[in-house]
Amino acid sequence: MTAAEQRHEVRLTVNGVPRRAVVPARRLLSDFLRHDLRLTGTHVGCEHGVCGACTVLVDGRAMRSCLQFAVSVDGAEVTTVEGCLRPDGSLGPVQQAFQDCHGLQCGFCTPGFVTTITAYLDDRPDDHPDPNAEEAREAIAGNLCRCTGYQNIVAAVQRAAEIRRADRAEASQ
Amino acid sequence: MKPAPFAYHRPDSVDEALQVLAELGADGKVLAGGQSLVPLLNMRLAAPTALVDINRLDQLAYVRIEESGVRVGATARHADVERDEATYDALPLLRQALTHVAHPTIRNRGTTVGSLVHADPSGEMTAVLALLGGSVEIRTAAATRTVAAADFFLGPLESAVGAGELAASAHFPLPEGNAGTAWVEVARRHGDYAICGVGALVTLDDDLRVAAARAAYISVDATPVVRDLTDAVAGQPHDAADWAAAGALAAGELDPEADIHATAAYRRHLAAVLTARAQRAAATHAEQR
Repeated sequence: MTAAEQRHEVRLTVNGVPRRAVVPARRLLSDFLRHDLRLTGTHVGCEHGVCGACTVLVDGRAMRSCLQFAVSVDGAEVTTVEGCLRPDGSLGPVQQAFQDCHGLQCGFCTPGFVTTITAYLDDRPDDHPDPNAEEAREAIAGNLCRCTGYQNIVAAVQRAAEIRRADRAEASQ
Repeated sequence: MKPAPFAYHRPDSVDEALQVLAELGADGKVLAGGQSLVPLLNMRLAAPTALVDINRLDQLAYVRIEESGVRVGATARHADVERDEATYDALPLLRQALTHVAHPTIRNRGTTVGSLVHADPSGEMTAVLALLGGSVEIRTAAATRTVAAADFFLGPLESAVGAGELAASAHFPLPEGNAGTAWVEVARRHGDYAICGVGALVTLDDDLRVAAARAAYISVDATPVVRDLTDAVAGQPHDAADWAAAGALAAGELDPEADIHATAAYRRHLAAVLTARAQRAAATHAEQR
């Protein structure tokens, strides 16, 4: 490249906070979050959409942050694993479930699982209030874990749904 | 594992997109959902000079039921098509096949029209379009043309969309008569590319006998393959037709290649078995509709 690469201003609302940075068009959303915004909870595994570690919520839907450019989602609301906490800063339902069920070992893939499962439970809440083991397995089928053998992650999906049901019951009282 | 630099264009209207594409000509590449393109860019298997990002073209983000079929706009996500209940009622094959397209996370971003233009020989929606005899509406700043599925897929990763053109929508016609559909495939891993996939379309007559049987295949040739299998099962009762004969007929006409995942013989075997399975399911589906 002889000429300087053109840069673009990108504004996102990340975990409820307005953020901005000026980046080249080729900056992947995953790198934008990690390098430009210093939100390193989002992990980069395969960088071609296979492993699911980089999954974030874009306008409420789970997507691969390594398969889109930050500039392309300018203006979007993004939720990363850092945003899957409860408002008081304690572990969110999915994070709590992973702890309860021993759903992680090395933890590299965990951010992608937490965001994917959060979207699965939140996206169409009436559809997935109580997933069975098969549905839970389907929900996480796009995420790879090389440690756990998945059994405890499947259990964590069901445990997270249980926690959410309890939260809802409490909120409606 | 990072894309090479490119010039970035993000038009806000279809007219603006067509104008930019016309100016860029062969240098411009359309970026829709990017679920196939961005991996190619990341691995630098592709390095276009300029990308035209059509994700802001909300006017193309539709899934519309027309009298003759379902029309899907260029920026409608797979998930939009898959979840649309009216679309499922009108043309169940779209959801039947879409649930096999990668994973929900990919379908949330990837577009149905984009997957057609990508023309991957293992892309489910290519075979769905071919099986139904659908078409793609291709626009330039100057003209609009409609290309039938049979003429749209030119080779692996090669469609009829040329330089300066935008695939604006795809049309999936409704089958006529008492028709049922099904999609079955075998992949090494859930959500991975199919070793062989089969879409089936079976039409029954008033006595619930097989009037017509067609199937479309992915991962067995450079482009989706459609076969008419009516001769093997015509006039047979829907619940006791010789679907194995339909499978044998299809497998005999296919000429799959071997690769690291499967031998040619295994692919042909799968085509026979999956044909029978898909046809039987489609006949049952027709009877129940």
